[in-house]
Amino acid sequence: MDLLSRQGLRTDGRRSGELRRIRCKMGVFNQPDGSAYLEQGNTKVVAAIYGPHEIRTNRSKAPNDSAVINCQYSMATFSRSERKRRPRDNKSAELTLHLKQAMATAIKTDLYPKSQIDIFVQVLQSDGGNYSVCVNAATLALIDAGIAMEEFVISCTASLANGETPLVDISHLEETMGGPSLTVAILPISGKIAMLETSQRIHINHLEPVLTEAVRGCRFIYENLNKIIKKHYEEIGGASNWGTEEYNI
Amino acid sequence: MTMKVTSKTFIRKTKRGNILKIVREHYLRDDIGCGSKICKKCKHNNERPLVKHQSINKDFPDKHYLLVDTNVVLHQIDALEDETLKNVIILQTVLEEVKHLSHSVYKRLMDIIGNYSRSFYVFVNVYHRDTYVERVRGESPNDYNDRMIRVATLWYNKHLDDKIKVLLLSSDEASKAKAINEGIPTMSLEQYISGLNNVTLTDKLSNRSCMVEETSKEPIFPPHLTPAKIHQGIKSGKLMQGTFFASVDNFLEGNVFVEGQEKNILIQGRENLNRAINGDIVAIQMLPESQWSAPANLVLADYDDLDLENDLNTVEKPKEKYPTGQVVGIIRKKWRQYCGIIQHSLVENATRHLFVPAEKKIPKIRIETRQYDKLKDQRVIVSIDTWPRTSRYPLGHFVRSLGKIGERDAENEVILLEHDVPHSKFSDEVLGCLPKETWTISATDLVGRKDFRDLDICSVDPPGCTDIDDALHCMPLDNGNFQVGVHIADVTHFVKPGTAIDLEASQRATTVYLTGRRIDMVPGLLSSNLCSLRGGEERLAFSCVWEMTPNAEIVNSTYTKSVIKSKAAMTYDQAQLIIDDQNQDNSIALGLRQLNKFAKILKKRRIEAGALVLASPEIRFLVDSETRDPLDVEVKQIKETNSMVEEFMLLANVEVAKKIYSDFPEFAVLRRHPKPPPSNFESLIKAAAHLGVELNVDTSRDLANSLDKAVKLDNPFFNTMLRILATRCMLQAIYFASGTKTYDEFLHYGLAAPIYTHFTSPIRRYADVMVHRLLAVSVAANNTTPEMLDKRKIEALCQTLNTRTRMSAYAERASVALNTHIFFRGKIRDEEGYILYVRKNALQILIPKYGLEGTLFLSPRKGQLQAATFTYNEEEQTQRCGEIVFRTFDPVSIQLSLDSSNVQHERIVLKLVKPEIPNFSVPSITASTVAVQESQKNPHEPCDSLCEPQLKKAKI
Repeated sequence: MDLLSRQGLRTDGRRSGELRRIRCKMGVFNQPDGSAYLEQGNTKVVAAIYGPHEIRTNRSKAPNDSAVINCQYSMATFSRSERKRRPRDNKSAELTLHLKQAMATAIKTDLYPKSQIDIFVQVLQSDGGNYSVCVNAATLALIDAGIAMEEFVISCTASLANGETPLVDISHLEETMGGPSLTVAILPISGKIAMLETSQRIHINHLEPVLTEAVRGCRFIYENLNKIIKKHYEEIGGASNWGTEEYNI
Repeated sequence: MTMKVTSKTFIRKTKRGNILKIVREHYLRDDIGCGSKICKKCKHNNERPLVKHQSINKDFPDKHYLLVDTNVVLHQIDALEDETLKNVIILQTVLEEVKHLSHSVYKRLMDIIGNYSRSFYVFVNVYHRDTYVERVRGESPNDYNDRMIRVATLWYNKHLDDKIKVLLLSSDEASKAKAINEGIPTMSLEQYISGLNNVTLTDKLSNRSCMVEETSKEPIFPPHLTPAKIHQGIKSGKLMQGTFFASVDNFLEGNVFVEGQEKNILIQGRENLNRAINGDIVAIQMLPESQWSAPANLVLADYDDLDLENDLNTVEKPKEKYPTGQVVGIIRKKWRQYCGIIQHSLVENATRHLFVPAEKKIPKIRIETRQYDKLKDQRVIVSIDTWPRTSRYPLGHFVRSLGKIGERDAENEVILLEHDVPHSKFSDEVLGCLPKETWTISATDLVGRKDFRDLDICSVDPPGCTDIDDALHCMPLDNGNFQVGVHIADVTHFVKPGTAIDLEASQRATTVYLTGRRIDMVPGLLSSNLCSLRGGEERLAFSCVWEMTPNAEIVNSTYTKSVIKSKAAMTYDQAQLIIDDQNQDNSIALGLRQLNKFAKILKKRRIEAGALVLASPEIRFLVDSETRDPLDVEVKQIKETNSMVEEFMLLANVEVAKKIYSDFPEFAVLRRHPKPPPSNFESLIKAAAHLGVELNVDTSRDLANSLDKAVKLDNPFFNTMLRILATRCMLQAIYFASGTKTYDEFLHYGLAAPIYTHFTSPIRRYADVMVHRLLAVSVAANNTTPEMLDKRKIEALCQTLNTRTRMSAYAERASVALNTHIFFRGKIRDEEGYILYVRKNALQILIPKYGLEGTLFLSPRKGQLQAATFTYNEEEQTQRCGEIVFRTFDPVSIQLSLDSSNVQHERIVLKLVKPEIPNFSVPSITASTVAVQESQKNPHEPCDSLCEPQLKKAKI
């Protein structure tokens, strides 16, 4: 099965550089301090933020000058076509660490000494690029919680079709059928890389084009989410009439 | 651009039996062009192959494009390949269905699409916003696809505003009716082509329609089971799935190889074979043990021989029985195009003819043509369409003609096509990768190379060899050891990965040597000039340099890219003369002598380890340089120097294999020769046991030892015969990627080497090119490329190399056979032969001088009387006539001649000369001219033999 047909279309009808449809909603839950729901194609994720709040566990080890970030990545048992036994396993423990690492680069932890920020993400439906969508959803939820950040953390995946053409934002089918896939999380304004991972060995000659494509995907997602957030706050502001006023000036 | 998104949902069952629901996104686009030159609506029409349709069709007078449905592509691909059909729209739906149903048709279709002059356009209807429709609940996949095709055709007609019509070609009556109902212009391809008035094109139409008229006849074959039933049967264990191999000797017999079964399953008789064709994947049912039988040991060529079969069937049932089965269904047809001739027709102006394939394992094919007069003396290509139950022969259609029978070019073409050897001229793109003819080594070429130009390097090759890929040197060192160098042509310097020339070479895989013609893997400029290590010229090389003790132990080895200047390009004879001539004591002679000494030690060591020495009758034709007709044959001579070069090549291959495996445990390209299963040796052990020789085949060393002991003083050729038969028990050696097998499986059985590869002939083998690249990375002369480190790609490439290598070996044999025929035109020769097998009605005889294997029939053929009768003793494998007994390996004297009575089917005839049997044997050559003249007068005299030399080489 070809991942990219001669006509340049992928198995789901996208071209090599096109992303999947993005839909999102912020503030989906009442209880947490911030939350977001994000859909990239058929990968659907919710994120919830609690904090900053007092450190509850291991108070003795808490640093005096910064906040502790606590992450949890989980997958709903119904998220894949084959039902999972439990929502968390070794793989999700690894992704939890990666998530923490990526988010920590952007959160201004020194503003919240002696406190803790909890980030919970759960995959509701999985169709490739789960980690990336989780990072993006966590960013949205952090913004919703009003936690100070340097800038967005945005992640995207890319892979290679037929050993030559980079594919951006890969689906589950492309993940399993294709060659090596690469996941990158960046801080889009400064262009720093927060996290970079490949699923298998990738040849040095291929790394650059694939990485470039993934970063391009990140920037595209960033623009999209930025627009959505602005619109969201316009609407919220509209309800209490400050947003529209400001825009009317 | 905006995209709509829908989802495709389907349900699948896993191996464990879980039911999965799979949901995939499906984006619908508006940027897919219609591909027409005249269209002004499509903004994103990048490719516009469709032009105005010119050819006039009397049944469809409007300007039009064609749109074909899946069945038309599947069944009429030969007609579609014809140049006259242009401006065809292929829907993605159709493309996917074709790909799913037949890979070979898909490949051919892609070739047509790739040919721009044909104006074929792929319209991706499934992702187009206006042509995608969702599947309705309860709709079968077939109906759904048909509906997609109709929707797309309708869209096209609307889109092009009736300026150009789009005509749907469909062969299925029901879907045609539906389309006409919806107002779509529709026709069958047959109808369309008949409107074109084109005889060749009409011939190329598939023969499906005449099936209908024959249904009234009584069925000859039992029906095949439905695919669902076959699936069920295999699952429950009632049926078995396997590959069908037709017997070469007997067209009513074949074997099915079932994976996991120790013995092949025998299939006998027309009804049990049930229309299986060689290579098909079939479903078989075992017969009850009471009906099991044994191979008939008969040589049957045609239905004409059937009477003979009936006579022989009366013989009592054989004692030893083989598992026997019957074909109940064909799972995958491996039909392809066949080369052959049209059988002589007795009726004038008949349109239906029988086609006789060149390959004997394929049945005759019934075709329909109006061009018989033109085609009767031509080699033609035919493909099979169908094989209905009512027809004795499969039905097919004419594809194209190759040229006159007997003409060398046409015959060579047949050989190349039959063995799927790519032999077209190199494309301009490939030739563009070559350096200039005047290329010389420049300073940049020398970077990173060792300068060996001062060393006394020489090459030793067969006479007339222009692609010299190896050269040797040897010189004493101060510490009493010797420096030995093997220098291999540096092809990879010119063939860079990923270039057109590299792709072409990887597709060709190997150079094919036909008698009088060589089909190069890389263009001639490289193969016989720039890469060839010619004497006295500076050439780039890849060198292995070893320091060896006088006992031929390697102390130290280096691999490096180098530049060399060969001092002499010698033939085996010349080198032998230099070695033998003690008066010569220049450095080259001394080097050669030392190399020869080393080679003997290496050979002894190898044989002690259990390497096999196998025999195969290899012959060479001395060819007239003008007419390219064979003048005489000679058996290839093995000189000491042959073996000298061979030993060092083996050594280099083994050492390089070790090196690249240690550096690339996953990606090294190696060659292995699996140990044959014990069942392969059964016939050999039996044949030897009849003659009182016991063979031990447990390990290769045991086999080598027992072969060495098997000597009969009264029959000096006995040992060679045994070795020839042993060679036939071997499996093929194959290339593989080291990551796909465990170390134990790397074994090269024939050479008794634990690890082996091919490194020494990069000019004529692509595997060597791959190995060169790996080794270059090992010694830091090059960087890796992504393709080198992709296990799946390497393995896939290895598979192609294996197939191509095997096919080229067959092609080379076929070429020798062809030349044997040409050689025997108008000649009669008496030759010494040996009995290879004793059959129920014939003797298989090997004539070593020509490497020819032929059949000497003992029982009379249809309508012929024969005074001498032979009694067959199955137990002892003998044929007796009076006093005279024929046993396996017995020497006989045979008269050879060519039966040209049937121009279409020349055969080499074998007649017995000695031992003399009254009324059967013929007098030796001086007196025999009269008899031969007689046979030429009478065209219906059946010839005594059908022979096809079956040389089997020990390809190591």
